[in-house]
Amino acid sequence: MKSLAELKAIREKAKDSVIMRHENPNNIRVVVGMATCGIAAGARPVLQAFLEEVQKRGLDNVIVTQTGCIGLCRLEPIVEVYVPGQEKVTYVKMTPDKVGKVVANHIVNGAVVDEYTIGSAQ
Amino acid sequence: MNDLSLHILDVAQNSLTAGAGRVELTVCDSGDIRTLTIADNGCGMGPEMLARVTSPFATTRKTRKVGLGLPLLKMSAEQTGGSLSVESREGQGTAVTATFVLANIDCPPLGDMGGTMQLLVQQSPGVRFIYRRQTGKGEFVLDTDEIRAELDGVPLDHPEVLAFIRQFVNENEKEIVEVHQ
Repeated sequence: MKSLAELKAIREKAKDSVIMRHENPNNIRVVVGMATCGIAAGARPVLQAFLEEVQKRGLDNVIVTQTGCIGLCRLEPIVEVYVPGQEKVTYVKMTPDKVGKVVANHIVNGAVVDEYTIGSAQ
Repeated sequence: MNDLSLHILDVAQNSLTAGAGRVELTVCDSGDIRTLTIADNGCGMGPEMLARVTSPFATTRKTRKVGLGLPLLKMSAEQTGGSLSVESREGQGTAVTATFVLANIDCPPLGDMGGTMQLLVQQSPGVRFIYRRQTGKGEFVLDTDEIRAELDGVPLDHPEVLAFIRQFVNENEKEIVEVHQ
């Protein structure tokens, strides 16, 4: 059985690197719709993929959060990306496979992935 | 919804919206019956709302007039020969209980409960989540207050802690899972 004793190693490793990322207004925010419609359409693995990709790349300026129904259930899973000083970008019909490209192109390099946006879907 | 862990994630979101500070999730397999319970100490609801809570056209949301989470869980449980019940008291909290007949061909798998717990904690790290899992082979409990005490100031939504929570639940699940023929 896996036990809580393993948390000791995480605590020792993480304690020096805890960054108060929640309070920085310059952070990029990735918001995933996690209402019934989003969950049923596959939002959970999309959110998990964002968490993993952000952790893997060590992106301390990126906050991944959840929200309720965004209002376009037929286009779920929906992900909104807020970069400070820029217009919000809405990605629709997301899958875990698309997450790597959004993180690499948009979040890291600032180039919106047009083919996944709501503009391309409608 | 492909599996029960997605239903649990969805229903537990209601507990968080209801302002719960403690959410207890239980999945208990006893004989041929699997019982899910999601209980919270949120704002609860009055008898009028409680009477129509499993209607797809009942919701407290102002933006749309449908609320599908509980109706979908009810349908899923009843398809297997099980049932759904909701108890609630205004100001005290709500408990949703669903039973599933494991041997029924329509009974969905439990799914990635580790992922569900990971995302609930990620969304609301300040809430105390207690997940209890019991089968005929054994049981385990994940209590976020116990994890918090071990972490000595490292936040529960730290990426490595979230990954640990997912692994803890999924690996312990494998130890006590029973194969139903």
